[in-house]
Amino acid sequence: MTDRRNLFNKVWDLHSVRSIASGQTQLFIGLHLIHEVTSPQAFSILRDRNLTVMFPERTLATVDHIVPTDNQLRPFADGLAEEMMSAIEKNCRDFGVRLFDLKDIRQGVVHIVGPEQGLTQPGMTIACGDSHTSTHGAFGSIAFGIGTSQVADVLATQTLALSRPKVRRIEVTGKLRPGVFAKDVILHIIRKLGVQGGVGYAYEYAGEVFDRMTIEERMTVCNMSIEGGARCGYVNPDQTTVDYIKGRPFAPQGADFDRAAAWWLSLASPADAEFDDRVTFNGSEIEPTVTWGINPAQSVGVSERLPKLSTLTADDQKGTGDAFAYMGLNEDQPIQGVKIDVAFIGSCTNGRISDLREAAAIAKGRKVAAGVKALVVPGSQLVRQQAMDEGLDKIFEAAGFEWREAGCSMCLAMNPDKLKGREVCASSSNRNFKGRQGSPTGRTLLMSPAMVAAAAINGCVSDVRSML
Amino acid sequence: MQLITQVTGTGIPLLLDDIDTDRIIPARFLRCVTFDGLGEHSFEDDRQQDRSHPFDDSRFKGAAVLVAGRNFGCGSSREHAPQALMRWGIKTIIGESFAEIFFGNCTTLGVPCVCASRGDLEKLTAAINADPKISISVDLNSLQAKAGSLTVPISIPDGARLALTTGKWDFLGQLLEGADAVQAAAKTLPYMTGFKA
Repeated sequence: MTDRRNLFNKVWDLHSVRSIASGQTQLFIGLHLIHEVTSPQAFSILRDRNLTVMFPERTLATVDHIVPTDNQLRPFADGLAEEMMSAIEKNCRDFGVRLFDLKDIRQGVVHIVGPEQGLTQPGMTIACGDSHTSTHGAFGSIAFGIGTSQVADVLATQTLALSRPKVRRIEVTGKLRPGVFAKDVILHIIRKLGVQGGVGYAYEYAGEVFDRMTIEERMTVCNMSIEGGARCGYVNPDQTTVDYIKGRPFAPQGADFDRAAAWWLSLASPADAEFDDRVTFNGSEIEPTVTWGINPAQSVGVSERLPKLSTLTADDQKGTGDAFAYMGLNEDQPIQGVKIDVAFIGSCTNGRISDLREAAAIAKGRKVAAGVKALVVPGSQLVRQQAMDEGLDKIFEAAGFEWREAGCSMCLAMNPDKLKGREVCASSSNRNFKGRQGSPTGRTLLMSPAMVAAAAINGCVSDVRSML
Repeated sequence: MQLITQVTGTGIPLLLDDIDTDRIIPARFLRCVTFDGLGEHSFEDDRQQDRSHPFDDSRFKGAAVLVAGRNFGCGSSREHAPQALMRWGIKTIIGESFAEIFFGNCTTLGVPCVCASRGDLEKLTAAINADPKISISVDLNSLQAKAGSLTVPISIPDGARLALTTGKWDFLGQLLEGADAVQAAAKTLPYMTGFKA
C-alpha cells in the first residue's frame, strides 16, 4: 500500500505526541521564534507558574516590530518601546534563550531571519506569536502564528494543543508574464478565494509557477496565506529548497546535510496525494495586482476598474461601499492614476534581497515624484549589507528614496514610521486594514515592490510593465 | 479550571464582516509588557471616527455577549485583541464565523466563540436593539442561544466545546502532563538528533 499522505499530514503525524482530553493533538514544535511584542506576557506566565523553558535551544528571539529604522540609539525615544526591548533582553537572559539584538548583524524581521540563518528547514513544525509565521512554509515546513498564551505553551512544553486542519491544494499552472511577481500571485489567489476562504485549511501551493519560483518568491506567497484565512501555507521541498539551505549557519553540515536533504525531499506530497480540496489558476492570466479596499481580497488587476456596486450581492455592496468611502475611491474608476503620498518597500512579505533588486531595477535612473515620501526598509541587517554591497542603496538614494535600517517599519504602527492623516501609501506589505499603517485614517494600497517603485516615481498607481 | 457551559448577560450588536484585530486593538496599544488596561481601548480608532459606535453607546454598557459578523478577528495573531474585549467585559461572542487564531486565543481565555446563521444574528441584533437590557444566554450543552422568546441554534467545534465545558481550557496544564511523551517524541525527529546516521 503506497503512502498517499500529503506533506502536511506526514509532518503533522511525525510531530503528534498524543491526544489530550478535549480531543486536540499535542503537537511537537521544532522551531519557536519569538519577538518583543507577543512574548513578554508569555514569560510572565512562566514566572507566575514557576516554569522553565523546556528546550531553550529550539527558541530563537529577535527584535523587529518596535525597532526605529532611523535612529536606533538606546534608550529609544519611545519609553514604551524601550521597556519592551529591556523586557525581551531580560527574559532571554533569565530563561537561556538566544537573542539576535540590534548589535547583532543577524537581527531583522523574524520571518526573514529564520530562513536566512538556515533555522527554517523542511519537515519542521514552526510557531511564532505572529500571524505571518506562514512564511516559513516556503520550505515545506508546517508553520503558523499563535497567540501569547500559546507562546507560553511552546516555551514551557515545546508543544501546542491543536486540531488538524483540512488541506487544499492550490495549483497555479503556466508561466507568469513579465512584470508579474510572487506578490501578484498571492493577491490574485486571495482575490479569488476570499479573505476567509482558507479558514480551517492549510494551503499547499503547487504547479509549474511554484516549481519555477525561488525560495524568496515562495516565501512571499506563503507569507500572505493568513490574509486568505489559511493559518499556514506551504510549498513542497525540492532541489531549489535544498540548494537554498546548504551552507547556511544553522544548516546541517557534510554527510549530515546529505541525509537531511534526502529526508526533506522524501516528505513532499506524492503525485497521487490526497487532498480535501483542489483549486487551479492559470498563472499566465495574472496581472500586476493592486488592492483598492480595506481587506486584502479587495483588489484588481492594474488595467482593471474598481467594481460596480450593482454587480455585487447586497452584503458585499455594504462592505464595498464602506471600503470606497474610507478609501475615497469610487465604483468603476480605474485603479491606475490613483495618487499616492507615501511609498513603502519592505516587510516580511517583501523585504528580502530579491525584492530590493526588483524595486531598484525600476528606480534606477529615475526620480521619485515631487511630494512623495518613499522609503526602503531592508528586512534584516544582512539583507541591508548585501544590498549595499550590490550598490542598491546608491540607486535608491539617487532616485530620492530614504535608505533605512532593518525592521518592520511601516507595515504596522508600532515604531516611528507611520502614515499621517489620510495619506495614501503604495506598500509592499501585507495588510490594508483601516489604520494599519499608523494613522487611524491612513490608506494602504498593496502591490509588489516593483509596482511600489513605479508608483513612487509617477506619484500614482502605474503599470510597472511599461517601465521594465 | 472553571467549567464553562453557559454564559449569560446583556448583548452588544456589531454585525459587521471582516473585523480585523488591528481594528479591535490598534497596534500602538501593543507597546506594553502586560495586558492590563487594554479594555478601554477596544475599537479605539473606530470609536473616534464613529461617535455612535456600539462600544460608546450607553444602552450597551455592561454587555457580556458580543454579536458579530463573518470572519471576526481576522488578521494579526495578537492576543491583545481578545484580552481587550475580555477586559472590556465581553464573555462570549456569537458570530457568523471566526478567524482561526482569534478563535484559539479566545478559547484559551475561556471566552467561547460560537457560530449562528446570518438570519439568526440579525434577529439577535433586532432583539438587543429593541431591548438592550434583554438577557442573552449562550448554552454550550444544548447548543442554543436565547434572548427572551427567541431561541437560535449555535455551533462550536467539538474540541473547543469539550475543552470549555469540562474545564480543560487551560491547555498549558494538559500539555505539561505530557512532558515525558514530549521528550520521547523529540528523540524520533531527525532534526532533533542532528541527522546523525
